[in-house]
Amino acid sequence: MAFEGLAERLQGTLKKIRGKGKVNEQDVKEMMREVRLALLEADVNFKVVKKFIADVKERAIGEEVLDSLTPGQQVIKVVNEELTKLMGGEQSKIAVSQKPPTVIMMVGLQGAGKTTTTGKLANHLRKKHNRNPLMVAADIYRPAAIKQLETLGKQLSMPVFSLGDQVSPVDIAKQAMAKAKEDHHDYVLIDTAGRLHVDNELMDELVQIKEATSPDEILLVVDAMTGQDAVNVAESFNEQLGITGAILTKLDGDTRGGAAISVKAVTDTPIKFAGVGEKIDALEPFHPERMASRILGMGDVLTLIEKAQTNVDEERAKELERKMRTNDLTFDDFLEQLAQVRSMGPLDELLDMMPGAGKMKGLKNIQVDEKQIGHIEAIVKSMTKAERETPSLLNASRRKRIAKGSGTSIQEVNRLIKQFDEMKKMMKQMSGMQKGKGKKKGGLGGMNFPFM
Amino acid sequence: MSFFKKLKEKFTDQTDTVTEKFRDGLSKTRDSFVGAMNDLVKDYRKVDEEFFEELEEILISADVGVNTVMDLIDDLKDEARTRNISDAKEIQPVISEKLAELLQKTDEETKLNMQENELTVILFVGVNGVGKTTTIGKLAHKFKGEGKRVVMAAGDTFRAGAIEQLEVWGERVGVDVIKQQAGSDPAAVMYDAIRSAKSKKADVLLCDTAGRLQNKVNLMNELEKVKRVLTREVPDAPHEVLLVLDATTGQNAMSQAKTFGKSTDVSGIVLTKLDGTAKGGIVLAIRHELDIPVKLVGLGEGMDDLQEFEADQYVHGLFADVLEEVEEAAEE
Repeated sequence: MAFEGLAERLQGTLKKIRGKGKVNEQDVKEMMREVRLALLEADVNFKVVKKFIADVKERAIGEEVLDSLTPGQQVIKVVNEELTKLMGGEQSKIAVSQKPPTVIMMVGLQGAGKTTTTGKLANHLRKKHNRNPLMVAADIYRPAAIKQLETLGKQLSMPVFSLGDQVSPVDIAKQAMAKAKEDHHDYVLIDTAGRLHVDNELMDELVQIKEATSPDEILLVVDAMTGQDAVNVAESFNEQLGITGAILTKLDGDTRGGAAISVKAVTDTPIKFAGVGEKIDALEPFHPERMASRILGMGDVLTLIEKAQTNVDEERAKELERKMRTNDLTFDDFLEQLAQVRSMGPLDELLDMMPGAGKMKGLKNIQVDEKQIGHIEAIVKSMTKAERETPSLLNASRRKRIAKGSGTSIQEVNRLIKQFDEMKKMMKQMSGMQKGKGKKKGGLGGMNFPFM
Repeated sequence: MSFFKKLKEKFTDQTDTVTEKFRDGLSKTRDSFVGAMNDLVKDYRKVDEEFFEELEEILISADVGVNTVMDLIDDLKDEARTRNISDAKEIQPVISEKLAELLQKTDEETKLNMQENELTVILFVGVNGVGKTTTIGKLAHKFKGEGKRVVMAAGDTFRAGAIEQLEVWGERVGVDVIKQQAGSDPAAVMYDAIRSAKSKKADVLLCDTAGRLQNKVNLMNELEKVKRVLTREVPDAPHEVLLVLDATTGQNAMSQAKTFGKSTDVSGIVLTKLDGTAKGGIVLAIRHELDIPVKLVGLGEGMDDLQEFEADQYVHGLFADVLEEVEEAAEE
């Protein structure tokens, strides 16, 4: 991948400040450079990034580091919160007109996915809101665009209004309105032709359609892969038409989708839907908070942070930390940790959420199989109390018995014991490392999950 | 200013209209880009960290891509140090020079690989909505104008209306379109098309495919199959695999080029929609990181608005204003 997630980016900087109780200005400055690059790599417009960084910097400096967080996590938390705020806190709904039909105009550049999205939106309105929309084929320029919408209409068994490609889009829109009233459609979706925002003639045509139909929603359809130019596009469309929201398409790709932030920031209108696949039902309400994490490319650290705060019992964690240091970790602790970590969600996701997990030896590319965890639990539970406390007791015949009792094989039992030993070794190393760094404030630090 | 002179000399051989097209098509790009650069030079008298940071931003705003920008900035810093440049005005030509160097790395062929007196098969791939079908239509028009016999294969059997879209182009240009039902196997369409092209003794077969996001593994496999079918029928086909990229696309274009490159051995890039604002930076990044040449550029909506990519002209279009200023300065 060409892109590095923010979490990875922050590694280098984090190393230097691990174990500090407070984030100082220099730390923040260094981290902000990484945040900036991460956002730029995600295609967030550089002007938007600049302002954002300034805001976050101010907030992050001098903030007390929560006991359960490392300074790095702390900064990420602030970044994520600000980003979510920027994207708009809550989901927004699609307009319903007092006087039906509600008119929605779809606008955007060529190839953004207006026609496909029009079909998807019609399907969504019928399925989720029990509406009866009329789709209007007003793209008379691109060859077969009308045919495309008609085909979609046929697939959905929904009416499509078209007058061929010889009638002006403004007239098509006008006549469609009359038709919709006559047939008692409560929504009218106007699919317009893709156009460049600098094409005055075509932009003017949109203004005329707007005047003729007074739409309740003008939705800008934006390709999620759009780069820095998203700002110019959104700005022009908004200036000339006054858009009421945006739909982000092709979000099922591997793009970070920084365009979402750019669009939101310059138009101050919500992103209402996201296109997430080629199928007609692949349209989802847009979740700003999920998008923030995606753009940062760091898994869902905020969720992890929240989960860690609620799920890890402070006292037990302290006890565990002591055990780790003294290296007398038992299989019971192991089981308990397992349960605790599992209660937070799927393991590989947790690993993804961990900034730094990637850097720890032996943890990179670790494949966590949930089923495997079940086996591990069964194995540990088949051990006697004494065995759990003193793993060195486990000789061949005991192992055989455990395998039988847990319904696994001796190989699996052996593997687990080996892994357990390795884990102990690793923990010793890590706790040694931390001690080396001097005073550690706030019991947990970066070591919330001895399991990892 | 030998660099600019060199550039200029190269144009004397080229027709003015083509150069003109590039200029017009790129005027938006140039305005925003060069404008920003001029502002930069005005704002900062001295070449310091801040100057470079700002420059970095300008390049990034043109979608050049962070890695390429970093490399470029490092280069420039070295250059500034060795040449002992501290005045912002003096470094401007160095910046232009470096950018051109990236694009002009070699005089490598950016021409399409056309077979003499034999069938040339060109496969078009890319994500959804970049303009594959439109590009094929325009290219068919171009070949037709050169007196070639052209066949188009409607390999996008998935998207509603895609086959019809190509058919409209076929009628416009006067070229046969080989098609099957919507929803049929694209590889089967290709088989029909290549058979038909051979029996008609066509010069060029242009193969359309459905747009697909590069992270959809099964769709990428389907593309490999399409390519295999072509190779089976004509051993060295496809002679070109052109990845169509939307110039408005940001950093994801790199991922597209990488993944499509892996599954179909992309031999060149068609950069479309270059007639909007702020773009072209992606060309630098692609050249820099993947070394896939840009072969064609889409500069407008008209049938004739598909041009062969000329790095010189591209740079010329991008820096026309700077060029004029430099000339004026030289005359004084």
